[in-house]
Amino acid sequence: MSLSASACIVGAYEHPTRLAPDKSVAQLHAECALGALQDAGLSLADVDGYFCAGDAPGLSPLYMADYMGLKLKWYDGTESGGCSYLAHIEHAAAAIASGHCSVALITLAGKPRSSGQATGTAFRAPPVDRPEAAWETAFKWTIGGIYGMMMQRHMYEYGTTLEQIAWVKVAASQHAQHNPNALLRKPVTVEEVMASPVISDPIRRLDCCVITDGGGALVLTRPEIARSLKRPIVKVIGCGQTMNTTQGGYLDLTRTGAQISGAAAFAEAGVTPADIDYASVYDNFTIMVIAQLEDLGFCAKGEGGRFVADGNLISGVGKLPWNTDGGGLCNNHPMNRGGITKAIEAVRQLRGEAHPAVQVKDCRLALAAGPGLVLGPGHAHATVILERE
Amino acid sequence: MSNSSNTNPAQVQSLGFEQDPFASAFPETREFWSAAEAGRLMLNTCEDCHRPHWYPRMVCPLCGSTRLRWQQATGKGTLYAFSTARRASPAYTLAYVQLAEGPTLLTNVVEADPDALAIGMPVQVTFRRAEEGRMMPFFKPDSKS
Repeated sequence: MSLSASACIVGAYEHPTRLAPDKSVAQLHAECALGALQDAGLSLADVDGYFCAGDAPGLSPLYMADYMGLKLKWYDGTESGGCSYLAHIEHAAAAIASGHCSVALITLAGKPRSSGQATGTAFRAPPVDRPEAAWETAFKWTIGGIYGMMMQRHMYEYGTTLEQIAWVKVAASQHAQHNPNALLRKPVTVEEVMASPVISDPIRRLDCCVITDGGGALVLTRPEIARSLKRPIVKVIGCGQTMNTTQGGYLDLTRTGAQISGAAAFAEAGVTPADIDYASVYDNFTIMVIAQLEDLGFCAKGEGGRFVADGNLISGVGKLPWNTDGGGLCNNHPMNRGGITKAIEAVRQLRGEAHPAVQVKDCRLALAAGPGLVLGPGHAHATVILERE
Repeated sequence: MSNSSNTNPAQVQSLGFEQDPFASAFPETREFWSAAEAGRLMLNTCEDCHRPHWYPRMVCPLCGSTRLRWQQATGKGTLYAFSTARRASPAYTLAYVQLAEGPTLLTNVVEADPDALAIGMPVQVTFRRAEEGRMMPFFKPDSKS
């Protein structure tokens, strides 16, 4: 079944906080929900489908549904790390298309910053019953170490340079300077990125995304309800998702699940990368943007370094305006999960509501894509393609 | 840096994979841990597609067969990728090693100057005891190559 035009995003909200020590995670979820519903011109009473992931308190959508007093006909607690919310868009569109619900709410929230979490540099032991745990915990892998190896391997196989990779951060910082809520608003240079301290070879500090408290929410509904509201119509026209496993030990560290999720989303939408006016691509690390742009088809495999260089991702400068909110590298990375903010900025662009300095002129087609969990040990990936009516 | 480097030898005697919560959670991998005590690296190899996989499990993730047998690996491989955690104390080198038999596994490189490592260099297995008790395959530069 094609999702094409069966569901629209009518509400999008990014919490303005980046540090929230005095709020519960549940409160942040609810504030995001209310923000997105207000944006749509709807209320909690209209919601009959609820979608959340592992960041929601408890291991079920039940607890946040209870907190907000939702009356549900459909729920989905799919957990796939940072891309969960992009997968939820596909699940919500499918639930709406099949008549299981009419108004779908997706929320994310968390506060790793106020709890002092060392996200990328600390080893976190998985539960003993996870099947890979016995084989990997003794090696104290960190997220920085895994993506460091990915960067090293990409440089080795394709000749990608640190200078090219640094351009990803430079583009994010050029956009973030216009975002009053961004955590890091100061533009940086290629030289500053390359000179920042090494975290885990060859990853530098400025190759890493930020750690922030906060969250976001999205509201989807049927086209006929969307047209009764006062917001611009943003249609979900293509989606894809995958779980990219370690493949029995025959892994390719430069390849991401975007090859699968992107191809599925483009096929369903009936468009090609050349048609995309704006792209949100999850930037947990600079190198991951390069690999995903290749795997999504914006350039050939191995050409990503050359593709992002010289400002090609900067809105108004390059060919592919990308992460115009400043992304996870500069703006926001709530609960270490960058999926929902990618969709939110894509919606802003399609509505013409991005900051004027970064707004893409006549933005009609946008893509939001990202990974979840960790490359190497196994990651999820999801892509959505959105169209302004 | 090995997890066992500061462990009292007498204490190591009392440890072992039998008490290790990670190893004992997977009874189907007992033969691996037992062989590891003797410094032998075992691979689960498929009788149907004839390929070894990593990590060991009861079903071949490459073809779905459950006809698997344990096969001793050479313990030789090449460095696929590595990253030294410079901020850790002490610093250590995370790595993926591609075994001569094919599969690539996550490990640490030990007994080596991180600055002297290179993708593709030959390495060989050296077992070290994890803090929970089981012997794990670490890798060091291959002195014989």
